[in-house]
Amino acid sequence: MSNEVGEPLWEVFIRSRRGLSHNHVGSLHAPDAQMALRNARDVFTRRMEGISIWVIPSAEITASSPDERDPFFEPAADKAYRHPTFYDIPKEVRQL
Amino acid sequence: MNTVAADPAGAYTLRHADDCLMLSHRLAEWSSRAPTLEEDVALTNIALDLLGQARALYTRTAELDGTGRGEDDYAFLREEREFVNCLLVEQENGDFATTVVRQLLFSTYQLETWKALSASTDTTVAAIAAKAVKEVTYHLDHATQWTLRLGDGTAESHRRMQAALERLWPYTSELFETDAATDELVARGVAADPALLRIAWTACVEPVLREATLEPASTSWTPTGGRRGLHTECFGYMLAEMQHLHRSHPGARW
Repeated sequence: MSNEVGEPLWEVFIRSRRGLSHNHVGSLHAPDAQMALRNARDVFTRRMEGISIWVIPSAEITASSPDERDPFFEPAADKAYRHPTFYDIPKEVRQL
Repeated sequence: MNTVAADPAGAYTLRHADDCLMLSHRLAEWSSRAPTLEEDVALTNIALDLLGQARALYTRTAELDGTGRGEDDYAFLREEREFVNCLLVEQENGDFATTVVRQLLFSTYQLETWKALSASTDTTVAAIAAKAVKEVTYHLDHATQWTLRLGDGTAESHRRMQAALERLWPYTSELFETDAATDELVARGVAADPALLRIAWTACVEPVLREATLEPASTSWTPTGGRRGLHTECFGYMLAEMQHLHRSHPGARW
């Protein structure tokens, strides 16, 4: 995956503030990792969106296939007992 | 009309304001035309940083020269001979290599200038400079990254970078000129000393060029005049485009 000038594609992850995890925000083209970081800074952090950036070559991501959707995800559909919905939450616990 | 005595420091801040405005306009010309979408955003980000610096400096200039002019008066209602930017920033964008080289040469100069002015005895100028240091540090990093990749890249990118360097190098000598007014402002601690700037600039630019396998041009041609309002041919065309809307529709607003 490269653009018209042959630059590979990068996935961009940004941490919006300390304590939160990096979230995927989009992708962009760049000739190498250092330029990808700078492009990400220019494209995705113009409005103070982040304090840390990760870039990862898109080609390095291994993705699940739509064909595998049923064996991968369907079996979880009827396992309601996996959700922690059967616990009584004490009033004193404001955030869980 | 002038009720406040003009401070010669106003002429000094005006030079830097015009540098920022003109380079900002040149970079904005890349909008929608850059080699990639990402670069389009990067160049216009830099343009907007410079426009912000220009606005702050025009405001300070108006206080110093006692004319009470607004930003728009400086940008849109002065004639070509009244602009005192250096010749380097008005040079046409050319190919991407030319834009990168122009940015490397100028951002290095500007970063050293803002660093020095962060300690200016004019506290307003010092505050503007301190804020600008962070912005220009990034502009220089951007230009440096591209200089290294294109200079030490393919045969074609190297050829274009070297050609751009030879075209623009002569315009760098003007950056370090001085005159009686500047000397006096340096003595007052208001202005940055051009001689010291040249030393710092050389120490920063040369290693980058060397690593990028580029050779500084050897030329004795040292074009000058920008600081006295004498500009190169391309300047009038840029100014006409920049001022056209404001002059055709005075007071037009978005």
